[in-house]
Amino acid sequence: MLLHYFSCHRARFLRILSLIVAGLVAQVSTPRANAQDTPLLSGGVGFFTNTPGGNTTYYPILEPLAAVPLGQHLLVESRAALLETYSPSQSGYDHSHFIGLSYLQGDYVGSSHLTVVAGSYLLPFGTYNERLSPIWIGNFEDGPLIQSLGLLSTGIGLGGELRGNAIARRKYSIDYTTWFSARSGNSQFNAERSFGGRSSLYLPDQRLEAGLSYDRSLQDTQENFYGAHVWWEPKDTNFRLRSEFARGHHAQGYWIEADYRASAFGGPDSFLGRFEPLFRMQQTFRRDTIVSDGLPLVNTQRADLGLDYNLPHNTRILTSYSRQFSSSGNENIWETGIVYRFLFPAWRGK
Amino acid sequence: MTVRAKHLIPGLLMLAAMGAAAVSTPPNPTQSEPSATAQPRIKQYQSPKSAQAEDEGERVFAQNCARCHTPPDGFSPRISGTILRHMRVRANLSEHDERVLLHFFNP
Repeated sequence: MLLHYFSCHRARFLRILSLIVAGLVAQVSTPRANAQDTPLLSGGVGFFTNTPGGNTTYYPILEPLAAVPLGQHLLVESRAALLETYSPSQSGYDHSHFIGLSYLQGDYVGSSHLTVVAGSYLLPFGTYNERLSPIWIGNFEDGPLIQSLGLLSTGIGLGGELRGNAIARRKYSIDYTTWFSARSGNSQFNAERSFGGRSSLYLPDQRLEAGLSYDRSLQDTQENFYGAHVWWEPKDTNFRLRSEFARGHHAQGYWIEADYRASAFGGPDSFLGRFEPLFRMQQTFRRDTIVSDGLPLVNTQRADLGLDYNLPHNTRILTSYSRQFSSSGNENIWETGIVYRFLFPAWRGK
Repeated sequence: MTVRAKHLIPGLLMLAAMGAAAVSTPPNPTQSEPSATAQPRIKQYQSPKSAQAEDEGERVFAQNCARCHTPPDGFSPRISGTILRHMRVRANLSEHDERVLLHFFNP
């Protein structure tokens, strides 16, 4: 059964890969492709452990990303995830695997005020899904507890998206994203019929960003989701403060994350300067007993303390200890992982 | 409520301590530069115009790309245009930003 499931997914996955390869071939044959527009392969490969309540799950993961520019204005990009999971069971360890596309989209860059995106795209609700979810970017191994709020089950939309700068001045800018998604039951492009948008104000001198998000599911029980985020990354420091709040019909919550790269102690490449202490505080609150959003079943508080180490050659060690409090029981969660980020041209140059 | 207060207060204290440590850190001239761009930048004579474009590129990088991620340790100049195309979509960069970043990556 599992093998059959994997075979089906693999067949779809290979079909999609062939589309990407076709794009690469088209790029090669495009005479205008200049020397800096070679298609790229990037992504991360990692090995993680997660130990909630004393039971350790191991999961190696590969997240490849391909980006293929076509002509002056087009870009085709895609990211996938290949995940193996070894989780404890009564008879030892169970093993499962997953292969899936995170997104596959075509972008038409008209100007900084308007980019048209079509295909399967990451839902731009809040900040985590679109900006922090790649394994080579996120500071913590796992996402925040409210990660699923506003992401409409799958975190992807299938349809179109418009995005750009509404206003761009030297002192401030306001950007926007708006999208509409069709319903799809395809296993690689599973999406809900929905629409939404996000708008952010950015003050570059203060390095302060604040934004609001909204989306609405248009199928079955129609629900609204609201989000807000504030990021502050003071200039000339290596301190970053990120926070996000999300509210749905049945639950709400927030997270605040602070991280500091200790580059002040001997520079970013010194032994000490490669350390990155982290702290994240999160709380979720149930508004009623209807559980349809992926959040914990009861009000939950969680404090995450992390320490990352940035090795040379795009390799990073992630470690964290979390203490979670809820009426269903308190627990310790230990996480460790190592991630290597790769980034290279799709083929060798002359 | 007691439980929340009990865990919020130490958390906020640590946050404040980390904030204070970061704010009191003297600016490090190398820290906001990407440690490795497409080509390692050799500090040699540059015309004022070229140096200005590089500073502008560094500013655009810090204000846009570095908001989400640290720079990779290095990459081939052959993909710098593709990376910028990707960043134009993600960060809504203007053509001007793209040009100065390209210069920043390939001085």
